[in-house]
Amino acid sequence: MKVRIDVDACVGAGQCVLAAPDVFDQRDEDGMVVLLLEEPPAELEAATEHAALLCPALAIVVDR
Amino acid sequence: MGNLGRVVVVGASAAGVTTAETLRREGYTGRLTLVGDEEALPYDRPPLSKQVLAGVWEPEKTVLRPESAYADQDIELLLGNAACGLDLARRTVALANGEELGYDGLVIATGTTPRTLPSGHDLAGVHVLRTVGDALALRGDLLRSSAVVVVGAGFLGTEAAAAARQLGLDVTLVDPLPLPLVRQFGDRVAAAIAELHEERGVRLRTGTGVVRLHGETAVSGVELTDGTVVRADVVLVAIGAVPATGWLDGSGVPVDDGVVCDATCRTADGVYAAGDVARWFHPHFGGLMRVEHRMNATEQGMAVARALLGAQTPFAPVPYFWTDQFDAKVQAYGVFPAGAEMTVAHGRLDEREFVAHYLAQGRVVGVLGWNMARQLRQDRQLVSGSPGGVRTGRTPGSAPRSA
Repeated sequence: MKVRIDVDACVGAGQCVLAAPDVFDQRDEDGMVVLLLEEPPAELEAATEHAALLCPALAIVVDR
Repeated sequence: MGNLGRVVVVGASAAGVTTAETLRREGYTGRLTLVGDEEALPYDRPPLSKQVLAGVWEPEKTVLRPESAYADQDIELLLGNAACGLDLARRTVALANGEELGYDGLVIATGTTPRTLPSGHDLAGVHVLRTVGDALALRGDLLRSSAVVVVGAGFLGTEAAAAARQLGLDVTLVDPLPLPLVRQFGDRVAAAIAELHEERGVRLRTGTGVVRLHGETAVSGVELTDGTVVRADVVLVAIGAVPATGWLDGSGVPVDDGVVCDATCRTADGVYAAGDVARWFHPHFGGLMRVEHRMNATEQGMAVARALLGAQTPFAPVPYFWTDQFDAKVQAYGVFPAGAEMTVAHGRLDEREFVAHYLAQGRVVGVLGWNMARQLRQDRQLVSGSPGGVRTGRTPGSAPRSA
């Protein structure tokens, strides 16, 4: 699995961090998404996919 | 749960698309049809009053999925085709083109329709904002104009006023309430919103209603209840939205400010509702709720798909929404009932960098952050318990369209 983020679309909702805290974080200054793991290991794939689905700004793209 | 040979989802925006995709993801293999009244491929609405209106994004960037994604998931897309009737006994949906669709499971996700003024909408230059077509028409007029009046200082109105101001127009924001967003956020945050808009040159005419629009064929001004007439060559009417339930009249589906549902979002045998149109029983907030926010469309779409497939879990989200205006990013989790006690828990309100907690009956029912996203996310957990005892027919932030 490969993860891409669109910081331009990100609204800083933090839903991704709630869903997959090992894969995503937020910048301190503006809450924008920070990608911690571009290729999450198998055990984090379900949580990563859930984060992408929940994102209200569609800022996370997951390629399998 | 009987055999689900065919599921029909009426409404092809965020809630409908999420429902359809979740059904497939959860293993549903029957026939799946997604019906939408607009011609455009399903798209996302929050950017319309923000990036699209400001011209920062091309409208194509709002498209939810490429067209191929629907075929890939074996989702039949029927666009440009409104549902106009429902027969619960025969389990059929009537479409505007005369077709009838039989269903075993039905999802109502028809969203809302903008509320309008009693008259004046036939004048050129008068707009509402709900669809991508609305956004482009409004933007086109703004670019040709010098003075805009925005009627309604809810989420949509304040966001559009900010976008228009940033395009260099003379902007007046009118609302009968004393402050913008006061019903959504309470006095103190609303006062900060008002200050922000005034600093950036938006003229606020709050505490004032609209009597009528002036103009022969094109709008020329807005007459207010205090007798003044504000010059305008564009008017945006952003006074809230009503659930799009006209097609359900006489069907037997209970409608009362939305499709009334139980805690699993079910409204009749095999029939569920999701998104802006759904008014369901929220077990934690102890009442019927209808939430017109983007996040809810996704979460409720997922929940309804699972319920159709047999899950009995109540849908009990902590609502989330955000609004962007000028340099302010305001985000909130929970509910914000009138009369809730607001305290600033982190940062400073006058520096416009803070997290506030909203308490009702001694419990935190909502947390709101202004340019403090990370701290806000950490404070969300304070809301996620069972607030209980909070009686709210609708979330206070539910009337005007927002994210």
